[in-house]
Amino acid sequence: MQKANPITLWSSIIASGNLSKRVLVGVDAKATWGELVYGTLLDCPTDQFRGKCVLLATTDQFRASAALIQLDGMARRVVLFPPDVSLDHLAYVAKTAEADVLITDNAGTASARHGIGRVVMCGRSAVAPDADREEQLETEWILLTSGTTGQPKLAVHTLGSLADSAWETNPNAAATVWSTFYDMRRYGGLHIFLHAALTGTSLVVSSALEPVADFLARAGAHGVTHISGTPSHWRRALMSPWADRIAPGYIRMSGEIVDQAILNRVKAQFPQAKIEHTFASTEAGVGFNVSDGLMGFPPEILTRNPKIEMQIEDGTLKIRSTRTATRYLVAESPVLKDADGFVDTGDTVELRNGRYYFTGRRDGTINVGGFKVHPEEVEAVINRHPQVAMSLVKAKKSPITGSLVVADVVLNAAYTGSGPEALRDGILQFCSAELDAHKVPVTINIVPMLTIAESGKLVRRDA
Amino acid sequence: MDVKAEIIAQFKQVAQEQDKRLAPLTDELALLNSGLDSLCFAIVVARLENSLGVDPFSDDEDARFPVTFGDFVRFYENAKG
Repeated sequence: MQKANPITLWSSIIASGNLSKRVLVGVDAKATWGELVYGTLLDCPTDQFRGKCVLLATTDQFRASAALIQLDGMARRVVLFPPDVSLDHLAYVAKTAEADVLITDNAGTASARHGIGRVVMCGRSAVAPDADREEQLETEWILLTSGTTGQPKLAVHTLGSLADSAWETNPNAAATVWSTFYDMRRYGGLHIFLHAALTGTSLVVSSALEPVADFLARAGAHGVTHISGTPSHWRRALMSPWADRIAPGYIRMSGEIVDQAILNRVKAQFPQAKIEHTFASTEAGVGFNVSDGLMGFPPEILTRNPKIEMQIEDGTLKIRSTRTATRYLVAESPVLKDADGFVDTGDTVELRNGRYYFTGRRDGTINVGGFKVHPEEVEAVINRHPQVAMSLVKAKKSPITGSLVVADVVLNAAYTGSGPEALRDGILQFCSAELDAHKVPVTINIVPMLTIAESGKLVRRDA
Repeated sequence: MDVKAEIIAQFKQVAQEQDKRLAPLTDELALLNSGLDSLCFAIVVARLENSLGVDPFSDDEDARFPVTFGDFVRFYENAKG
């Protein structure tokens, strides 16, 4: 959208000041925010991206961050492709987003091209750009979320919707060093990246390939004061002998249901830290923070901020605010907002003794360590097995990843083959060949029948 | 049932299934250096709940997580009483 002098990430970082003192630290690179604003890691001048649709698919977060600073306000659209999403989806995402340019730091990704006209490498050394930053656009930021068919859905944001919750004044910015276990191509990580960028703090980013121990050691060495992650990230950190390398004053959890055990354990490990859990999603944006040290949330939180309207309808949380995504990029995707502008989060809650508790997802989506699994996708694979008549995929609670995937399977009536053990192994191998590891059921139960509701749909109940 | 032997068996089984290279399981081995990721540990804990009948991670919300393989074995041995 053409807009006269919109606020951009580039101009906002400059406005937040402290450019020469605060730094962005990656796994093998480090730069001041000033260097990132006035230099580029891209192999061509930034103004060549003017009005283009750019697919940003670097492996490294530092390079993605640097590129994003240059691209916002210049490109018409930037798609953030997370490194944990299979490259098999790249061509679909490129086509859906009408990408003109692919930016990558990986020679293999570059040579495959994925149907994109132009490929630009994102190198490592900072050089001065020659971009004319007049006449800027309001760039669309595209974030990927999981879809029921296995193909990602593309949610459309702008800097305004993403930064609305990030843009708070921080009187201690100079002394604040943020970090996150999240990748900044995911909503949870992007929120922290923007918060650091716009409030004038330093930021230490992780890498997809970096061992937890190395990340904790790096975060500790850079004096991280604020850090965020999913409950699963924190469980993994607490199982590390290097957890004591960091001494944060503030800890945030989001992205999964927070249980009391992880709150207690993080508090025991970091007694000096203020601990909050946040409700946020790619589509709904940041809803609220809970800081009383208890799981769930008090009902008054729903009306605390007049700019964020929240309702519980039929046991599901709905949110209307300037922080929500505007739409999905594909016309066939489900409607993102209802007629009144509310985003249905699909997260179900239950009121018990005056406090709300999250109970899961209305559509049965399973959250395995922050990765969403749609039961229908897994069932479709299991049902292709020649001996399977039908299947039901559901969640099993896990103290490590929040949930795991399990499946009940009904065999064909005519099945007379090998014993159940061999058949279970066969179905699991079938799933492993087709699905990401977190989607493969950990248990296959052979059952005589499944319950079908009057609607003709499977009755879904978690294990 | 020998708790340690069962734990070792599950570590090996899950590592094989998930195509991970398992480090030698000494008592001092840091769990995060074992070669298993969070998903692997979640699967190990779920399987041990079936075979040993306990899940010490869920049973005591205040217990600190084990850090080494030796801690992990003691965590289960204590839970089995």
